[in-house]
Amino acid sequence: MVKDLSIQELEKRFQEKIDKDIKIEPNDWMPDDYRQTLIRQISQHAHSEIVGMLPEGNWITRAPNLRRKAVLLAKVQDEAGHGLYLYSAAETLGADREETIDDLHSGKAKYSSIFNYPTLSWADMGAIGWLVDGAAIMNQVPLCRCSYGPYARAMVRVCKEESFHQRQGFEIMAHLAQGSPEQKAMAQDALNRFWWPALMMFGPNDAESKHTLQSMNWKIKRHTNDELRQQFVDVTIPQAEMIGLTIPDKDLIFNELTGHYEFGEINWDEFWNVVKGNGPCNKDRIDTRKKAKEDGAWVREAALAFADKRQKRKSA
Amino acid sequence: MSKKEWPLWEVFIRSKAGLNHKHVGSLRAADAEMAIDNARDVYTRRSEGISIWVVPSNQITASDPTEADALFEPANSKIYRHPTFYDVPDGISHM
Ligand SMILES: [Fe+2]
Ligand SMILES: [Fe+2]
Repeated sequence: MVKDLSIQELEKRFQEKIDKDIKIEPNDWMPDDYRQTLIRQISQHAHSEIVGMLPEGNWITRAPNLRRKAVLLAKVQDEAGHGLYLYSAAETLGADREETIDDLHSGKAKYSSIFNYPTLSWADMGAIGWLVDGAAIMNQVPLCRCSYGPYARAMVRVCKEESFHQRQGFEIMAHLAQGSPEQKAMAQDALNRFWWPALMMFGPNDAESKHTLQSMNWKIKRHTNDELRQQFVDVTIPQAEMIGLTIPDKDLIFNELTGHYEFGEINWDEFWNVVKGNGPCNKDRIDTRKKAKEDGAWVREAALAFADKRQKRKSA
Repeated sequence: MSKKEWPLWEVFIRSKAGLNHKHVGSLRAADAEMAIDNARDVYTRRSEGISIWVVPSNQITASDPTEADALFEPANSKIYRHPTFYDVPDGISHM
């Protein structure tokens, strides 16, 4: 019986399951570190989906036409759903939903630093869908094969929904790029501002990334940060060229031998500064989330009181 | 502020007539009606279903994964329950 086994034996069996690509499910035995790593990663991912609604929410009422407005609304609504799937997956590991959210609000938990940049023009909706959702897809597709069942299943749903997100963004960019000189300049400006932060979304260089090795052994992660970043650069540059926009990187060259693009140095000081809370919108994002939670508290309480009343009436 | 959270519900969706309801995930809602409405919004935004079941998560009893070997062992030894166990002579059809 598992109950009588030593920790070493349990860990050995656990790793054997992982190595054989057998999924881990909520009630299965798992090392505490595996659980904690997943809770951290999944809740961070959930927070990113939720906070990620804010930069785009900023433009819903100002979308240039009804079609664009309906599309953006549907996209932002999807992100809310993604947040929910992920919070639910974190809950299967024993994380308390409210505590998880409070950790975001207190600054203890992080979210993707890309959402700490402002959305200054309509073209930013294009840049975000194309680059930010594009980078997110790069990260999320391998997560569909993650060793933890509920996370992997959530990712399958998320990835199905993501594909339209990137297309609608690219469509916005392509349209603007073919428009008036002012519209094209607007698209280029959005690309200039979002390109580098999008590359930072993949996280620190492999040499600096302390959790990567363990996460790869546990099959939570399937590729390193640098591998995914390179993949993103390789597929995105031809797309930019196709619509006549210029990647804001003077060091960018295509290496005929390797078949890969080589790109310039990422400004890691900027990255860490934003992660630490000093980006242009960190405070604003958290304040907005806190306010939403506080202002909505009475609604949640009223719904419970109403459910209680209805239950009592039924049983009376 | 009250610390009482909305209860957790498991969501099952029938994707089309003739198929079983299948577990798709969970969500929080104040009561069953709200759970159905939320499940509609969260799990069927792209016509994934024609019917929804919601069940309070704490009402589900699950088998113990540490007992799985013992629980399912009886099925392993009874290979005669499968049609491939039997020899059918050549020339016999409709069997
Ligand atoms: Fe998403
Ligand atoms: Fe998305």
